[in-house]
Amino acid sequence: MSELDNSGLIRLSAAQLAAKLAAREVTSVEVTQAYLDRIAEVDGQVNAFLHVNGEEALAVAAEVDAIRAAGGAEAEALHELAGVPIAVKDLIVTIGQPTTAGSKILEGWHSPYDATVIKKLRAAKMPILGKTNLDEFAMGSSTEHSAYGPTRNPWDLDRIPGGSGGGSAAAVAAFEAPLALGTDTGGSIRQPGAVTGTVGMKPTYGAVSRYGAIAMASSLDQIGPVSRTVLDSALLQEVIGGHDPFDSTSLTDSFDNLVAAAKTGNVEGVKIGIIKELHGEGYQAGVENRFNESLELLKEAGAEIVEVSCPNFKYALGAYYLIMPSEVSSNLAKFDGVRYGLRVLPKDGPMTIERVMAATRAAGFGDEVKRRIILGTYALSAGYYDAYYGSAQKVRTLIQRDFDAAFAQADVLISPTAPTTAFKLGEKLDDPLAMYLNDVATIPANMAGVPGLSLPGGLADEDGLPVGIQLLAPAREDARLYRVGAVLESLLEAKWGGPLLDRAPSLQAALDSSSTTAGGSN
Amino acid sequence: MSVAAILSFEEAMEKYDPVLGFEVHVELNTKTKMFSSAPNVFGDEPNTNVNEVDLGMPGVLPVVNKAAVESSIKIGLALNCKIAESCRFARKNYFYPDTPKNFQTSQYDEPIAYDGYLDIELEDGTVFRVEIERAHMEEDAGKLTHMGGATGRIQGADYSLVDYNRAGVPLVEIVTKPIEGAGSRAPELAKAYVAAIREIVKNLGVSDARMERGNVRCDANVSLRPHGRERFGIRSETKNVNSLRAVEHAVRYEIQRHAAVLDSGEPVIQETRHWHEDTRTTTSGREKSDADDYRYFPEPDLVPVNASREWVEELRATLPEPPAARRKRLQADWGYSDLEFRDVVNAGVMDSIEETIAAGASASVARKWWMGEIVGRAKTADVEPSELGVAPATIVELNQLVEDGKINNKMASQVLDGVLAGEGTPAEIVEKRGLAVVSDDGPLLEAIDAALAAQPDVAEKIRGGKVQAIGAIVGGVMKATRGQADAGRVRELILEKLGVEG
Repeated sequence: MSELDNSGLIRLSAAQLAAKLAAREVTSVEVTQAYLDRIAEVDGQVNAFLHVNGEEALAVAAEVDAIRAAGGAEAEALHELAGVPIAVKDLIVTIGQPTTAGSKILEGWHSPYDATVIKKLRAAKMPILGKTNLDEFAMGSSTEHSAYGPTRNPWDLDRIPGGSGGGSAAAVAAFEAPLALGTDTGGSIRQPGAVTGTVGMKPTYGAVSRYGAIAMASSLDQIGPVSRTVLDSALLQEVIGGHDPFDSTSLTDSFDNLVAAAKTGNVEGVKIGIIKELHGEGYQAGVENRFNESLELLKEAGAEIVEVSCPNFKYALGAYYLIMPSEVSSNLAKFDGVRYGLRVLPKDGPMTIERVMAATRAAGFGDEVKRRIILGTYALSAGYYDAYYGSAQKVRTLIQRDFDAAFAQADVLISPTAPTTAFKLGEKLDDPLAMYLNDVATIPANMAGVPGLSLPGGLADEDGLPVGIQLLAPAREDARLYRVGAVLESLLEAKWGGPLLDRAPSLQAALDSSSTTAGGSN
Repeated sequence: MSVAAILSFEEAMEKYDPVLGFEVHVELNTKTKMFSSAPNVFGDEPNTNVNEVDLGMPGVLPVVNKAAVESSIKIGLALNCKIAESCRFARKNYFYPDTPKNFQTSQYDEPIAYDGYLDIELEDGTVFRVEIERAHMEEDAGKLTHMGGATGRIQGADYSLVDYNRAGVPLVEIVTKPIEGAGSRAPELAKAYVAAIREIVKNLGVSDARMERGNVRCDANVSLRPHGRERFGIRSETKNVNSLRAVEHAVRYEIQRHAAVLDSGEPVIQETRHWHEDTRTTTSGREKSDADDYRYFPEPDLVPVNASREWVEELRATLPEPPAARRKRLQADWGYSDLEFRDVVNAGVMDSIEETIAAGASASVARKWWMGEIVGRAKTADVEPSELGVAPATIVELNQLVEDGKINNKMASQVLDGVLAGEGTPAEIVEKRGLAVVSDDGPLLEAIDAALAAQPDVAEKIRGGKVQAIGAIVGGVMKATRGQADAGRVRELILEKLGVEG
């Protein structure tokens, strides 16, 4: 796979593209058009995009090119990523494009306002390529719960790209975009990153404004970057991060040291803690092998490896499935057909407001969304609140304490991102509990509000599919993840002789072959 | 809508002891809404004072209005409450189209103010202490108008219109503890309590406090128990009783209705009731039980509201004098009798009198003008006396003209009419209308000569020492000058002319 698909441009990292744009070796219109061509070429197979925003993206690209061509102060003032295109998870509202949240209930809805992160992308003049697929309202680990059909994993089109942000991860993995935005409530950025061989970062809770991200579970949701390199995620987080007066939970910290951290280049003396409870039993052998390999590389590079125990993590999944649905049941109450979106009238019987709301929600929401609304409504009910929501909040406190204790022993914690590689489409669709278990390693970070980064750790021996390595740091210490992540990434790439995605099958080849196979040999 | 049987109030009081409770909602007059930057303005075109937050658009987040928190703390302090150092908002979940998110963001188990009291002075001077359980922050709902039905209610309506301008307007809900021991004064206390709350929030400047606009809304809880029993009876909650008079009447009616129900041996139903101003009765709303499940949980989109002790003390220092204390002070300062002062308060001119005194008038002069001249005119014009358009400085100027002998009281009243008609300042009106008391002695002396010549016998009597006869001559002069002469000066000049000591 030494030859670049479609155009050499689309395989460049965002940082490389930015450098070429600044040097005026390429124009943003050329880059943006190359990605739009790639989308046109392969997205029929991948289904990463729900909406392609070509016209607006090219207009922004042309504007950046004109500014660069004119030179002077305005060109000097351009953001480093100006002209570098990006895809946006369709949970984030945008003026000028539909926002569906992957649900029928919002089909055709156009937001009258831009999310704060979108305003920041526009201010940086990054062309927005379109909106990416997701599990309905971000509820799922496979993107199969999208009302608009599943997204497929570019490594194997019969397999899931992870979820809920499978669209963003697959778009980046399939070279349909150099960067994307995701949202992570229990692993929706990191787990798709792991199974598609891409980088995904869930920043510290509050590091990026949530204003304009359609809420799933407010106390857990966080917008973050999706990319092909650790440095690219750092670059993007610096664009979208920072305090927002429209989000009361956003932090006032500046988080402007991320790119520098990604360029540090060493991990000597950094204490890295293996979380005892997040590997071993229940983890696929090939995942475990790649994980151990990463530990060896870090050790050789001078990091100190220690083992830490987080005994309450075993309650995290259970507590998560009480807190998250509770917030879901309230956050999704607004979708009732009264003010916007789908409105379904009852087929017969009296036309009352309650019955219109009920008919709309019955028709507009998919099964997984309904399942979580019912779970949450139950968990918050009088008489059950203390036993369910109340106990879950106590578990949350215990998880935070486990993290505190672990970070007293280690600067950064490490685990596999997901217990397995990408499973087959449909494999777990009828077994919600098996689906939920995919997030067992990613959920603790959301429960405690700490940042988590997933980066490609290689391919599993048994199936040749990507494995993700997760790094976790204390709240507000996002920079540590970029520092350690970038070093581990470079050690792994040196071992492989290039980026992992170079080993992904050509999607063109997949088209030619009747059965799709995982590509690349170790 | 069946009319409930009621007992006479006297009979109800003989048999039962009422227990009251009030939830008063106060709309704050902040510039923007509780959780959004949309304007908080009454009476605009429907659905114009809204943004994506008020409409519950996907992705929006609330941000607490600091001014609303400040107002809430002030209300808490004025009600002698403790102020929570840290408190949270919660979500009250229910589906209803006046609530765009289908939950109301409200404080629940962590109110910003709690454990206070308010001393209520009844008309005869009796002071009754009402314990305040809490004052908490929340957002108002939108306004629904049900069209096509006979009752104006959602039941039977063809369709409903919703105006979200009110959605998200900051509210403080003030909840009393159960009020026991009011006895037959319960209706009077109810009215006085709501009046006191209204006065306090108006005095604090935190609300426009106009009940007719719903700025202050009262839900009145009433229950009865036989005399001597400690356990409370089952209560009804009469919603949205929105005038002081209606509060009094609604409590009185509910006492009479409960008494009739209890007398019949039936249990009182715990329910909400609707007040009807036209018939002065209540009708059954919806049954309400403590099992209503709003699935409250802490609002995850907001961080706790922290009220540092320094901030609370800063706010305490800015509080205006409490209305009751202020009244006591003013009455003592002005030297009015209880009756005089009550008349002044009831006429709504206490503030105006205070301003007039500050502008230089004496307390008695200020009262004479406001009570004697302005209140009547305001009544005729159907406006508040303070809104009639008489500036305190005008009264001071008018009074000065009288004291200087430039005009008399009768003329002053005409000058006031001129001021209200927009003819100018009192001095200008005196000039324009030619109302000045004639003070140039020349014309007066001529008139006096004429009067003396016309009544020579009277002149002779005065010369002879019968000074009391002078009235006839003074009257002649006044008549000749069409009342514009200064009668005192006329008298002096006549005596001088006739060489008689006065």
